[in-house]
Amino acid sequence: MTSVTATPIVKPSGISVPGARRLLLWTGIIAVLAWVLLPIYFVALGAFGGRLGVFRWPKSIWPSDLSAASMLQFLNIEGVFGALMNSFIAAGFTVLFSVLLGAPAGYALARYSFKGQTAFRLLVLLTRAFPLAILALPLTVSFIRLGLYDTAFGVSLIHTVLALPFAVLVTQSLFMGIPREYEEAAWVFGCTRFQAFLRVVMPLALPGLAATAIFAFVISWNEVFAASILTVRERTLTAYLLKVLSESPLHYRFAGGFILIIPSVLFIFAVRRYLFAVWGIASK
Amino acid sequence: MADIVIDRVSKHFGDFHALQEVSLNVGDGEFVALLGPSGCGKTTLLRIIAGLETQSSGRIVIGGRDVSALSPRERGLAMVFQNYAVFPHMTVFENVAFGLRMKKVPDAEVKRQVERAAALLHIEPYLDRYPAKLSGGQRQRVAVARALAVQPAVLLMDEPLSNLDALLRLEMRTELKAVLREAGTTTIYVTHDQTEAMGLADRIAVMYGGKIDQIDTPLSVYAAPTTRFVGGFIGNPPMNFIKVKAESGTVRIGPVSFVAPAGGLDLDLGLRGEDAHLSGDGSGLPFDVRVVEPMGSHLLLTGSIEGQAARIVAPPTATVRAGERVGLTVDPSRLTWIDTSTGRALARPQDSTR
Amino acid sequence: MPTRANWIPYALIAPSVVFLGALFIVPLVQTIWLSFSSDDGTLLGNYARMAGDLNFSVAIRNTFMLTLVVVPLQVALAIGMALMISKVGKGRDLILWVFTIPLGISDLAAGLAWLAILQNSGYLNSALYGLGLIQGQTGWLSQETPVTLFIGIVLAEVWRATAIVLVIVIAGLQLIPKEFSEAAEIFGAKPWTRFCKITLPLLKPSLQSALILRTVLAFEVFAVVYALGGTNFPVLAGEAYNWQNINQNYGVAAAYAVLIMAISIAATVFYLRVLRVRPEQLP
Repeated sequence: MTSVTATPIVKPSGISVPGARRLLLWTGIIAVLAWVLLPIYFVALGAFGGRLGVFRWPKSIWPSDLSAASMLQFLNIEGVFGALMNSFIAAGFTVLFSVLLGAPAGYALARYSFKGQTAFRLLVLLTRAFPLAILALPLTVSFIRLGLYDTAFGVSLIHTVLALPFAVLVTQSLFMGIPREYEEAAWVFGCTRFQAFLRVVMPLALPGLAATAIFAFVISWNEVFAASILTVRERTLTAYLLKVLSESPLHYRFAGGFILIIPSVLFIFAVRRYLFAVWGIASK
Repeated sequence: MADIVIDRVSKHFGDFHALQEVSLNVGDGEFVALLGPSGCGKTTLLRIIAGLETQSSGRIVIGGRDVSALSPRERGLAMVFQNYAVFPHMTVFENVAFGLRMKKVPDAEVKRQVERAAALLHIEPYLDRYPAKLSGGQRQRVAVARALAVQPAVLLMDEPLSNLDALLRLEMRTELKAVLREAGTTTIYVTHDQTEAMGLADRIAVMYGGKIDQIDTPLSVYAAPTTRFVGGFIGNPPMNFIKVKAESGTVRIGPVSFVAPAGGLDLDLGLRGEDAHLSGDGSGLPFDVRVVEPMGSHLLLTGSIEGQAARIVAPPTATVRAGERVGLTVDPSRLTWIDTSTGRALARPQDSTR
Repeated sequence: MPTRANWIPYALIAPSVVFLGALFIVPLVQTIWLSFSSDDGTLLGNYARMAGDLNFSVAIRNTFMLTLVVVPLQVALAIGMALMISKVGKGRDLILWVFTIPLGISDLAAGLAWLAILQNSGYLNSALYGLGLIQGQTGWLSQETPVTLFIGIVLAEVWRATAIVLVIVIAGLQLIPKEFSEAAEIFGAKPWTRFCKITLPLLKPSLQSALILRTVLAFEVFAVVYALGGTNFPVLAGEAYNWQNINQNYGVAAAYAVLIMAISIAATVFYLRVLRVRPEQLP
């Protein structure tokens, strides 16, 4: 910490924080860092500590006897690997649907003014006021009839409802950020609308679209309620863990929790540049 | 190379009439500037010619071909945008080559054309760079090179210099004129900057309120405005307008009387600040000087004639003080007479001595 | 945009409209319909059964208490974190990343992470034992210790979902031109005054959306509770889950769903009213 405070901390505005307050500031920041990271660290210790680690008493906060064995054991339990795969499939379809459906709608909102635009925006925003996952309840019956019940694909449909409004709003702002003149220039110089979109808009929108996709992935990956309602055997990882929570030993629970956390952490890292742009817009 | 016929083009946005039956003929190889304040419809007209907007009624004919219903890419034109619209994800070379690539021109020919256009705009050193690394002026050159590389029949330019700083704008203006003269392309150029329009254009179309008020050579637009708006918009300082009444064919201002033009009783007398000269002995139009601003090349005098505000340009050596009353002599043949009720200019009286 | 291309925007939004219609509007109507069609043929049969259930009033109380404690804590904490970050120059990106990690963590995983800390042989007990504060392993999450169970759930929820509020607040702060605060400073406003008089009022739109988002989600709270306390701490969404999956009574589950939606909408309307943002007051 001393080495950090030794370097002058300069606000973007160029005003430096005086010494005593700087100490206070960094104490606060370190406290929050610990607050965020420690639970993840502890669940990781639990995941890799095995059965013995879980019941060691009193515990040391330093790692000891860590091994991948208990994690591998967990993955070999009947159903875990399948659940993991189902989670990936559901998240994959969610990404696919929310981008393929959301991006065109976002583009329409960004580039055109048309009758019904406000109504459509309202429909998208309305979803925000509803606890969407709860809507999985009545879908059980229709999903059974359509053969979608107990499939990762069916889960992905309701997850898309969660992710789609988000994708629409984010891509809208994304396309608004790409000057219309780029497209117009492309049209004037011989492109059809579609060519102009592919050659000029897409390359510029790609990083933002990737961020949108990642957010959709995380939304699906983390969803518990709808996934638990709509699956019995073909459970996603969250649904599986919820189901076996009460009967499985602690170190398996921690292993499951750890696996759930890892992709999220990586994804948030990957999209960190977009986080604020995206949420600033999507929260309007 | 092609001529352009704009035939009674109108554009409504709901109740708002952006363009009202605008007609304009641009000759082959001619350079026409659309000049006017913001909101006058000049950009809308340009975008309709480009096919980026659709007219509510009327026709656009380019090189004898009615393009009114065609998409932009089918019109065979090129355009330079106000914010350049140089694609950030392509190198300068690919930007300049963009139109040629879309036409599936063979690589060798693309290279030749790009190099020709790049040489014309002096951007050869930057061909393999990305636009983000270029200054505004350099991006502007890329945008122009991209337009010229396709050797378009018609070149449209939408305020291409307005994002540049003053010095660069002057330099680019001179260069544009040279380059475009060499290319000989039919050009329509939208601007709100009268010096740009005066300096570049063969003819200027002054637009106001969705109509073309006057279309003529720069000198005529300046010397003989056909409406009160054109007189007030063009020239620096703008033309002075003094409200007068014609009585039995004569207009009197202080001790001076002019032969009134035929046709109106309530008149605006249009007088350019440069066309009034200090009489020296106090004779002529009485001008009460309120503020004297030495501009280096001239003195700018602000004051009033018969209680009506006016600006007069005097030689830098003149000795005039604020609060003074001076006399102005004017050449009646350089006056503009506007009918107050219509805002349109009346023909100058043939015999116009005092 | 050429008018001849009028159909294009409709073609572009059509898939989303159809999708949201089929999987948002239809189930919404279905839920309401289902909740009013009970086995005994009466209109409010499901609601009567819901209200008559032993867990109902407990679930209502628990859910409201959680929301009332968790949401304000999160907003306060998020504003504090955002202000701290705004003072940091170097290392800002890294700190911001760590602060926002929980954004990607599910409520289930959050519950499990805090289970590692709060379980009988967990890290909290180890620390308390090390400090000599307790004699041996102590249970915090059982039915006999409802207060500590509640606190544990609050901790896990605050830990997990403050990041969303933080991101919204930071995005909102970025929209406030710093000239306002500087102007106030020149006129002699102290930091705390500047925060109260300038930053907070201008942050209102962001706070509004953060509150709506968080409150709606807080009424859905389920997996955190389940991971930490099992069935020891009934909440509304958990009851809906039980009636659907365990009792197989879709009608009562739907009644719970409608109740949750009604509360969510009421909360949204409440925030929109109370924190009404007048457009003319925005920069």
